[in-house]
Amino acid sequence: MNAVAVAPAREHLRRTWYAFSRNGGSVVGLGIVVAIVLLTTFAPWLTPFPRHARAFTDFEHAGLPPGRPYALGTDTIGRDIFTRVVFGYRFSLLLGVVVLTAAVPTGVLLGLLAGYYRGWPETVIMRITDIFLSIPPLALALAIMAVLQPNLQNAMLAVSAMWWPWYTRLVYGLVSSLRTEGYVQAAQIVGASPAHILLREILPNCLPAVLTKMTLDMAFVILIGSSLSFLGLGVQPPDPDLGTMVADGAKYMPDLWWISVFPGLAILVIVLGFSLLGDGLRDVFGVEV
Amino acid sequence: MRYSTFLIQRVLLSVLVLLGLSILIFVIARVIPGDPARIALGPLASRSQIEALRAQMHLDEPLYAQYAYYLAGLLRGDFGESLYTHRAVAIDLRDLFPATLELVFYSGLLMVVIGVPLGIVAAVWRDRWVDHTVRLVSLAGVVTPAFVWAIVLMLVFAYALGVLPVAGRLSPGLVPPSAATGTVTLDALLAGNLRAYLDFLRHLILPSVSLSLAGVAQAARLTRASMVDVAGRPYIEAARAFGISESRIALKYMLKPSMIPTVTILGLDFAALLGNAFLVESVFAWPGIARYGVEVILRKDLNAIVAVVMIMGLFFVVINFCIDMLVGYLDPRIRLRQMEDAA
Repeated sequence: MNAVAVAPAREHLRRTWYAFSRNGGSVVGLGIVVAIVLLTTFAPWLTPFPRHARAFTDFEHAGLPPGRPYALGTDTIGRDIFTRVVFGYRFSLLLGVVVLTAAVPTGVLLGLLAGYYRGWPETVIMRITDIFLSIPPLALALAIMAVLQPNLQNAMLAVSAMWWPWYTRLVYGLVSSLRTEGYVQAAQIVGASPAHILLREILPNCLPAVLTKMTLDMAFVILIGSSLSFLGLGVQPPDPDLGTMVADGAKYMPDLWWISVFPGLAILVIVLGFSLLGDGLRDVFGVEV
Repeated sequence: MRYSTFLIQRVLLSVLVLLGLSILIFVIARVIPGDPARIALGPLASRSQIEALRAQMHLDEPLYAQYAYYLAGLLRGDFGESLYTHRAVAIDLRDLFPATLELVFYSGLLMVVIGVPLGIVAAVWRDRWVDHTVRLVSLAGVVTPAFVWAIVLMLVFAYALGVLPVAGRLSPGLVPPSAATGTVTLDALLAGNLRAYLDFLRHLILPSVSLSLAGVAQAARLTRASMVDVAGRPYIEAARAFGISESRIALKYMLKPSMIPTVTILGLDFAALLGNAFLVESVFAWPGIARYGVEVILRKDLNAIVAVVMIMGLFFVVINFCIDMLVGYLDPRIRLRQMEDAA
């Protein structure tokens, strides 16, 4: 029985991989994301100077250019840039995961309700969504940061607040077309509860699009997060954050260029990884987001 | 739907959005934090001082009345006084906003003037090396934050090659044109001061390129995608069968219809430039609204924050409105769809 069950599953996996890997970029993206996740998970063992991740001073080795043993050089108080970049990735990933965990369920639930219940729930939810969508993203984040203390938690809150409406709009669009499908009507006729119809019949068919958008959005959340820290409104020192590091290094241009250039490139790499991966998923699922 | 009806509907919607934004900011600014009067006066203020300011700021009245005062102030362009500069916020904005607007305007121009032709070239020579190059460049543009571009371009062109100025808007020794509008372009040209304008352009290159690269990339991708989409349509084949030249087909028959989706997204990108200007201005010491904006946020200067966010929202809404009007004009089907949605 197992052999019968496993064979189609393996075949399915093989085909999925084929669709995914047809575009070389997707594989590169997957590679980058996996490498960064592994690197950050085992950061204390894989980085040469784990103690440099937080407050630490070593003025004897301050401002050293890239070389040995500091692959990407050291900052103005002697901390290894490579170590701090790897630990900085932890904050980027944390920000992305927390923001999406908060924003996606909220947005999806509201989208489901607005798309399924026509009438006032639709009007209220979609008008509020429109208003949120019509505010320039960074302005909303800035407004929220304005009243809260600048730190990682509040940056997460601010970015989440601007992110959910995109999912509401996406799911709303999907549900509007799915609700007239035969299987949904069949479920309605046999008397299934709205909760069952929404969560068991409609939601699973929205997931490919939501998952693809989440991967692409990891890239943009990280980008916005680094922009907030660059402005001094995100992660605060001594915690390492890529945006903060770029901003600090910018003061010592051009002599100590490596302090800001390498963290800047590191942002590029992680954003590139998630967008390529997202593009690959879009090809596999064949969805528009 | 008639164009005038469509126009009126869009105006009402824009007003509604601005009203929503004002409520949102009001809620954020007045309800969430502690006592605004205490924040304004600092920890050393006496009880009676706080009471006096509370009365002056109408803080003892019900929320809806407070909102009415606040909205009336916004409509008069009266944002109150900044705690940071101790000047009227409206004056601060008048001094700083033109420089930002000018940077954003030129960046938007670059976005269209460079991005759209890149997309056309990529679509015409599809799957050839030109196309692949454009795709790579676009990818780099989209995934790199503006402030990273700013730093890299500054290192290369200002420091290593030394061909462009490092920062600022005008060279230090240069006599600036009298500030009539606050924008160097208009002031210099009104005064016939070509030297100042050329100097300004040299200063403008790096900030505007850093700011616009993401938009250039987006413009190129969208133009390419929608042109490729149109390329397979029967009417293109028909045009070819009539012996119309390839360049004419590309520029007239393919480009025109494919501009409709592109214009919409580019409008959003153009509006988003204002937010990203914050990142670029701080690198190049551009005398715009960014440093002020960040400073007032860190100092919890509520009047100034409200003004900065409202002006960003207003800019966004105005751009969106213009784009809607343009697209509605280009493509009557959009007006029809709006009518169906409303029904």
